[in-house]
Amino acid sequence: MNYCIAFRTIVTKEIFRFIRIWPQTLLPPAITTALYFLIFGKLIGDRIGTISGTSYMDYIVPGIILMSVISHSYANVVSSFYSSKFQHNIEELLVAPIPNWIILSGYISGGIVRGLLVGVVVALISLLFTDIKVNNIPITLAIAVLTATVFALAGFINAILAESFDDISIIPNFVLTPLSYLGGVFYSVDMLPGVWQTVSMGNPILYMVNAFRYGLLGVTDIDIQLSFIITGGFIITLTSFSLYLLYKGIGIKN
Amino acid sequence: MNALSLRNLKKTYNNGFEALKGIDLDVEAGDFFALLGPNGAGKSTAIGIISSLVNASSGSVSIFGHDLKRDQAKAKSCLGLVPQEVNFNQFDTVKNILLNQAGYYGTPRKLALQRTEYCLKQMNLWDRRDTVSRRLSGGMKRRVMIARALVHAPKLLILDEPTAGVDIEIRRSMWNMMQQVNQQGTTIILTTHYLEEAESLCRNIAIINHGRIVENSDMASLLTRLHVQHFVLDLAQPIAAAPVIEGCQIELITHKTLAVAVPKEHSLNKLFSQLNAQNIDITSLKNKTNRLEQLFMDLIDSNPTGVKR
Repeated sequence: MNYCIAFRTIVTKEIFRFIRIWPQTLLPPAITTALYFLIFGKLIGDRIGTISGTSYMDYIVPGIILMSVISHSYANVVSSFYSSKFQHNIEELLVAPIPNWIILSGYISGGIVRGLLVGVVVALISLLFTDIKVNNIPITLAIAVLTATVFALAGFINAILAESFDDISIIPNFVLTPLSYLGGVFYSVDMLPGVWQTVSMGNPILYMVNAFRYGLLGVTDIDIQLSFIITGGFIITLTSFSLYLLYKGIGIKN
Repeated sequence: MNALSLRNLKKTYNNGFEALKGIDLDVEAGDFFALLGPNGAGKSTAIGIISSLVNASSGSVSIFGHDLKRDQAKAKSCLGLVPQEVNFNQFDTVKNILLNQAGYYGTPRKLALQRTEYCLKQMNLWDRRDTVSRRLSGGMKRRVMIARALVHAPKLLILDEPTAGVDIEIRRSMWNMMQQVNQQGTTIILTTHYLEEAESLCRNIAIINHGRIVENSDMASLLTRLHVQHFVLDLAQPIAAAPVIEGCQIELITHKTLAVAVPKEHSLNKLFSQLNAQNIDITSLKNKTNRLEQLFMDLIDSNPTGVKR
């Protein structure tokens, strides 16, 4: 049994799926983020001044890129896997001789590719408003890939546990979006009062946004090593939990 | 060699329902095997466990000698499944559905393209290869599922009510196709509610009821156990009352139609002679029920709790 072919088949299927519906998957983030850059970066940002020595426009670019990566890597996996469950074509994979880790890595790779592709689209849009020179390419790429992995895994778990289409929108709307907005996308955590600074430290997105901001601008509120450790920890935990769910067949088998 | 062996297979669902109460079953390689039973008997649960869609509570499944737990990849590679419900991606083209399926089984692209073409041509779907699958008719969707199950050339093909809801013409063509596949060496396990289908196609049969196998034998010897056959006779002239013939039960359905229960030892020639003697001319005869259907009902009725006999 050639697992490479099975893996490639799942990834290719996933990529063709979101490319085929590009007006739903690639176009909206371009429009939304262009509006963010215009309203928050240009119109309001000019009155805010600088944060940590960078213009407000530049300051919010990394956060908005990473926020798009997060939401789209999550959305790709949760909608694709849940649709497969809903239409029962997930059974094609369960009947086939594919190990669970190949199923998981195939879907996660699809989510990562979409997350990164949207990130590139948003980065290109940002270049219409500002000129950013990347401070550290390896850190920028690594944290983008790792963040996409974390949220693709989270989307996978959401899809497995979801029993209706409502269940796949609850987490993005009520957990992911608030955490993203409160994760230092639009402000420095140093600007918060003491208690809220401490509370913010419990938000994993804060670590990822700051590491990415460091990669792009060289500016961060958080220790970069800690950001990588926390992101890696999430990947290990979520991967283990996903494999456990697949092994037990929870949500997908009777 | 056995294509499939089930040993003491049990399944109890979370709500406490015992769907399988320990079934043992062997299906020989090359066989065309019928797995029958009324709704809720446990057929779909058994098929679900064999195809890894349902977790067994206990017991073992072996496919061509490969244990489904210990040697999962090899066991699964031997199996092709045509489920009851349409379960392919309705937004994908027919060709992509098959190519993806081949990919899941590790088939190289070039071979996958060849196998896809072969299977779609065999199912008369080649000219529909670029059609988005949701636009296909019900019969075509069923054929897509069969083509998909065959694309990785499985040694064991399980067909779970493949002809449910398709018209008689398509059903007949699907029978021919299934026979061809079986003649090419693929073992087939068929579940169906059309017992005429099972009788015409299958060589061996198991009947499952209340989670137990209540009958497991070859079709020919099972049918010899039929003691009484039921016929409907059309008459040339109307009659007022049912004739009386010793040994047969005769019921007047209409003035020109009789329902007759004929014991096996009572020949049809003798019956016709006896009716002729009473000035009753027969213009046509048909089976009131299919022979297997009659046996099936007898077995289910005589064994309502599914206790093994």
